[in-house]
Amino acid sequence: MPELAITVIGPDRTGIVADVAEALAEVGANLTDSTMTRLRGHFAMTLICTLAEPSAAEAALKSLTGVTTTVREVSPSSVDESGESWVVSVHGADRLGIVAAVTRVVAASKGNITDLSTRLAGTLYVLIAEVDLPAGAGDELAERLAVAASELGVEVTLRRADSEIL
Amino acid sequence: MNFPELPEGRVLPVVTAPATVLSTVGEEVDPTSPEVAQLAADLIATMQVSPGCVGLAAPQVGVGLQVFCVNVVDHPKAATVHGTFALCNAKIIEASRWKAGREGCMSVPDLTGDVKRAARVVVEAVLPGSGEAVTITTDAFEARALQHEIDHCTGKLFLDRVAGAHAIYQRKVYL
Ligand SMILES: [Zn+2]
Repeated sequence: MPELAITVIGPDRTGIVADVAEALAEVGANLTDSTMTRLRGHFAMTLICTLAEPSAAEAALKSLTGVTTTVREVSPSSVDESGESWVVSVHGADRLGIVAAVTRVVAASKGNITDLSTRLAGTLYVLIAEVDLPAGAGDELAERLAVAASELGVEVTLRRADSEIL
Repeated sequence: MNFPELPEGRVLPVVTAPATVLSTVGEEVDPTSPEVAQLAADLIATMQVSPGCVGLAAPQVGVGLQVFCVNVVDHPKAATVHGTFALCNAKIIEASRWKAGREGCMSVPDLTGDVKRAARVVVEAVLPGSGEAVTITTDAFEARALQHEIDHCTGKLFLDRVAGAHAIYQRKVYL
């Protein structure tokens, strides 16, 4: 069955998630992975669903008012789950280019960012990224991050992510 | 445990991130110096007038030294409680029973985060004023508070330990 990648963005309001989920359910779209958050008061939802007739999803989402939606068909892809999980924390005074510089350094160490969030709180900028790294690449990335952080005038920490299985 | 009497404390302004002092490793102190006893008293006084504040470290008042205070008395998540006290040059000797929990910080007023901390710790330190060496064994919320404050004394914030990208939160404003 075709897989659709859908984004919904707009001013947050009570019931918006229910409206999106209901519109998709009514046309038989089956939600698989999804994430929703609020970014400075904006509702932002990204999801993958499967649906026999992709055009039906677009029509269903049109009925939602006040939000911007995109729908596109994607080919199912498998994720490479090898490597080690790490977490990067960056915090410091807000300035242009922190995310670009830090994520470029991660990429240069062949780190794949699997989850990222940033927050601006007053003048404090915070970036937390989860990174899959090739085995043994942690020390080198830590050194590169320390260099980048001192150039940016921010603090950086790289540590292993917990993954106890119970 | 008996904590030495300290001079009268003054309420100091609290420094918020980003600030260099919050990310600088604090220096060890001479616990018997009058300045350190005064600093400890000031930290306690500042903690006591700050709603919901269960601990405060010297870097949070702009002083890069290894001094902090805690007070988790009456906190619902506390078990063992040693009262209101200040410590200098504290080190964690043993840490076990790691548990995730949400914590905030007066120096990061807008955010909270999920941080894994030991629910049982043994801390060695010296007391401000007397300089007496103490070993404190505690658990639950007092253990978490001690680890948070000792982190401050080594230039670390809870942001340096949050569990993942979705483990920081905008702090709720209670009116
Ligand atoms: Zn704090």
